[in-house]
Amino acid sequence: MSRAFKRSALCVVAAIAACFCSVRSASAAQDGQKFDQIEKGRYLATAADCFACHTVPGAGKPFAGNRPIETPFGNITSSNITPDGDTGISSWSDDQFDAAVRKGVRPDGSRLYPAMPYTAYTRMSREDVLAIRAYLATVEPVHQPVKANTLPFPFNIRTAMRVWDALYFTEGEFKPDNRQSAAWNRGAYLVQGPGHCAACHTPKSFLGGDKHSEGFRGSSLQGWFAPDITADQRQGLGQWSEADVALYLKTGHNRLSAATGPMAEEVADSTSQLTDDDLKAIAVYLKSLPEQQDAAAAPADPAVMAAGQAVYRDQCSACHGLDGRGVAMLFPSLVQSSLAHASDPTSAIRLVLRGGRSVATDAEPTAPAMPSFGWQLKDEQVAAVLSYIRTTWKPAASPVTAEKVEQIRQQLATRRD
Amino acid sequence: MSRKLPRKDVVIIGLGWTGSIMANELTDEGLDVIAIERGPWRDAATEFPPGYVQDELRYRIRHELFLRPEQTTFTFRNKMDQTALPIRDWGSFMPPNGVGGGGVHWNAETWRFLPSDFVLKTHLTERYGAAFLPEDMTIQDWGITYDDLEPHYDAFEYLCGTSGTAGNLRGQIQEGGNPFEGPRSRPYPNPAQKQPFSHTLFAKAARDLGYKPFPQPSGNMSQAYTNPLGLHLGPCTYCGFCEWFGCGNYSKASPQTTILPRLIRKSNFALCDNSEVIHIDLDRSGKRATGVTFVDTGGVEWEQPADLVILSAYTVFNVHLLLHSRIGTPYDPVANAGVIGRNFTHQTISTVNGFFDNKKFNFNPFIASGSIGMCIDEFNGDNFDHGPHGFVGGGYMGQVQTGGRPIQTTPVPPGTPKWGAAWKSAVRDNYLSSVKPGTGVHGSFYSYRDIYLDLDPAYKDRFGRPLVRMTIDFHDNELKQNAFLTDKFAEIIRAMGAHTIDKQYRKGPYDSTDYQTTHLNGGAIMGTDPGTSALNRYLQSWDVPNLFVMGASAFPQNTGYNPTGTVAALAFWSAAAIRQQYLKNPGPLIHV
Repeated sequence: MSRAFKRSALCVVAAIAACFCSVRSASAAQDGQKFDQIEKGRYLATAADCFACHTVPGAGKPFAGNRPIETPFGNITSSNITPDGDTGISSWSDDQFDAAVRKGVRPDGSRLYPAMPYTAYTRMSREDVLAIRAYLATVEPVHQPVKANTLPFPFNIRTAMRVWDALYFTEGEFKPDNRQSAAWNRGAYLVQGPGHCAACHTPKSFLGGDKHSEGFRGSSLQGWFAPDITADQRQGLGQWSEADVALYLKTGHNRLSAATGPMAEEVADSTSQLTDDDLKAIAVYLKSLPEQQDAAAAPADPAVMAAGQAVYRDQCSACHGLDGRGVAMLFPSLVQSSLAHASDPTSAIRLVLRGGRSVATDAEPTAPAMPSFGWQLKDEQVAAVLSYIRTTWKPAASPVTAEKVEQIRQQLATRRD
Repeated sequence: MSRKLPRKDVVIIGLGWTGSIMANELTDEGLDVIAIERGPWRDAATEFPPGYVQDELRYRIRHELFLRPEQTTFTFRNKMDQTALPIRDWGSFMPPNGVGGGGVHWNAETWRFLPSDFVLKTHLTERYGAAFLPEDMTIQDWGITYDDLEPHYDAFEYLCGTSGTAGNLRGQIQEGGNPFEGPRSRPYPNPAQKQPFSHTLFAKAARDLGYKPFPQPSGNMSQAYTNPLGLHLGPCTYCGFCEWFGCGNYSKASPQTTILPRLIRKSNFALCDNSEVIHIDLDRSGKRATGVTFVDTGGVEWEQPADLVILSAYTVFNVHLLLHSRIGTPYDPVANAGVIGRNFTHQTISTVNGFFDNKKFNFNPFIASGSIGMCIDEFNGDNFDHGPHGFVGGGYMGQVQTGGRPIQTTPVPPGTPKWGAAWKSAVRDNYLSSVKPGTGVHGSFYSYRDIYLDLDPAYKDRFGRPLVRMTIDFHDNELKQNAFLTDKFAEIIRAMGAHTIDKQYRKGPYDSTDYQTTHLNGGAIMGTDPGTSALNRYLQSWDVPNLFVMGASAFPQNTGYNPTGTVAALAFWSAAAIRQQYLKNPGPLIHV
């Protein structure tokens, strides 16, 4: 993604200075001639979105790590995966790299935390992983030591991860299902493996392990609720066509929705750069995930609905329309929005309180935003308008309570993102 | 001593409408472009979200989006024998500031000028004889024709998604449109906006009087629109907070909604905001610009070298920079020589408020958009015979009411006390049942020898440079024009059924405190003769061929329309000349 505009004259100078520093030291261990392997690795590294966690946004040091990754147990700082001799991974053997990516084992034998999604990457083949390594050997080496473990006690005891792995980690490559199409299998591989969609979209146990029985049904992270991406009609992608899914991943926008929050970053850094065939494959697979209809929720109180409708008409209808259907590619349809109808309303509440910027991509640069209403609407009003949105146009999602809004408002007060 | 930055192909001064158009066109050509903008970065979603932008006190009364006079201002006087004083609070016009420029706060009234407007001197002389024109009037032909500009008007309208009804499609007059407009190659990209009650009633009254009313061409979207750059605009919600405000609903065409999201993704574009260009640098010959010098908020001075300089600031600042950079000969009204500062003009605006029986009429004036309204063009330009009237020029007129905002929408019938219980009662009784056209009569302002811009002998800016001095007043021609048009307009308001009308004629002397429009024009005009114009027909400086000057400063005189459509069309026209002619052979595009 280009950072085309500069906010001050000094930025311009800095950007120009950076151009003169792109002299790289060669990485002796890797064969720079292997274009096919490097190119494959670049693509897989993009699909795996290594960049997102291993790069501090805006710092100009791709893959040099040091980005704090927020987990429910504390922040984990990402490692430097550039081919720097002292602080990066150039001295690692192929076996050590493969073990880290696919087994969560560091070169010294200690365990990685599953913020590094080896639980998903284990679905990749050794050949895939070594291709990623071959690509990473070609990026600019950055000397940047990283203090990897910043978790509080007792989570800072890495040996405890042996127990966690025993409980939640199933090692093993992706095995194609011969009964399914080639596209489905490719999609399943991308979603389960490099794409590591489950990391955000699958509900977690109290120890942070995937609840496999509820795969891709949505999960909380980093102050958001990553919605259900199964074929669920109400909360998931049931009303999205395969083309809708692929367009969303490619551009960040489609006729129904727009990517915001952590998904905006994912689209910009990863899915917008995948091939159309791969995006279609992902869509085929996601649309095949079975829906698990929840029991209908109790309807909201009529007084709350009346109050919610009044707020909706005043504050929301200008963009989203009186009918809630929005404007294709510009303002999301609240009728079909999986964020609005998610079992957990965290993201919907957050968007009303703080607003959110949709992603800008080359295909869709408009990138409209949801304004913040937290300064203007009381908790009861936010709850009322969301209850109205969640129950007016579709089979009812549960109403939102003012207590839940208050809780999210308090959590947001300490969040900078 | 300034710090020198690496050379660019193009430096653009000011990132408003024309700077954005030029930046997009020239980056498309593959050139490495940097824009330097005095004010801040502004983005629709974050700077004017619909959550709080509808704030009349902040944006209208306190001028949120405009230049702070503390940063720089102008001095003002009516007559050459007066001493000019600095303007310390904006009044008759509002200098924009920041990315998007006037394209952020404008109403989006998107007109084309009449074919005769571009050849005004020739046309009027042929029709009425040279003696019909006032002796000191200095109107000129533009050096281009309507047909030259038509493809570029079209480009701007499709960029913006302009909503309107064509009146002349390839020479065929269209029912419901403006029959006086020049031929357009295709219809507007969007149908006209829906019209509220008072606007519809005006159209009916005008039609009954034999006029041909049509909807004002509008950069407010009548429906969702995707422009040629792939940017999306949403349907206007008629919120009534358009003029003076940015639109966070993506419903008003602006650089933010139609160009910038695409432009800022280009790797060959960069922007320095909060950086004020203090002069255009010239080489020793004085015939070639080498770049610009600007100052950032830290007071640090920078030199940005470039092969091509695009000056695209607001009218008066264009002239300001030319004078300070010693480009072109400053205008001398006594000797009637020189060009920089010459033919400075504004607009001649008036209105008529109408008061109706509040038991029969409820106009809900708050339902509006920036360029909502029904207009007639019978009295614009030379659309009527001026012979019997003893003046030239004219304007469109219409019920163009852009809102019913609480602070400024308090029309009361003449004779009402100006404060107290009787005033409050009158406001209450009349708010819903009166019409208060924002631009009722939008009259032309032709150019005169004693209306001009130069450098003030006494007052200086923060860099110690003389301020620009404006010498401007209304001449009899414009006041006669206004009286005639205002009376015609009042007849229509009366025919709508008003029981009381309040004609607010434009009267002299020119008052710098009373808002008219922000349409200041001239001072660096285009033309065919280097002796009487600063720019050739491609907006290229006669004196410094690698300098192009955008904007309404190029207008030799002002017409009876809002200028932005023509300002933007000229930018596209100039960009095409640069891309197709200048870059192949940099140098003067016109030899005289």
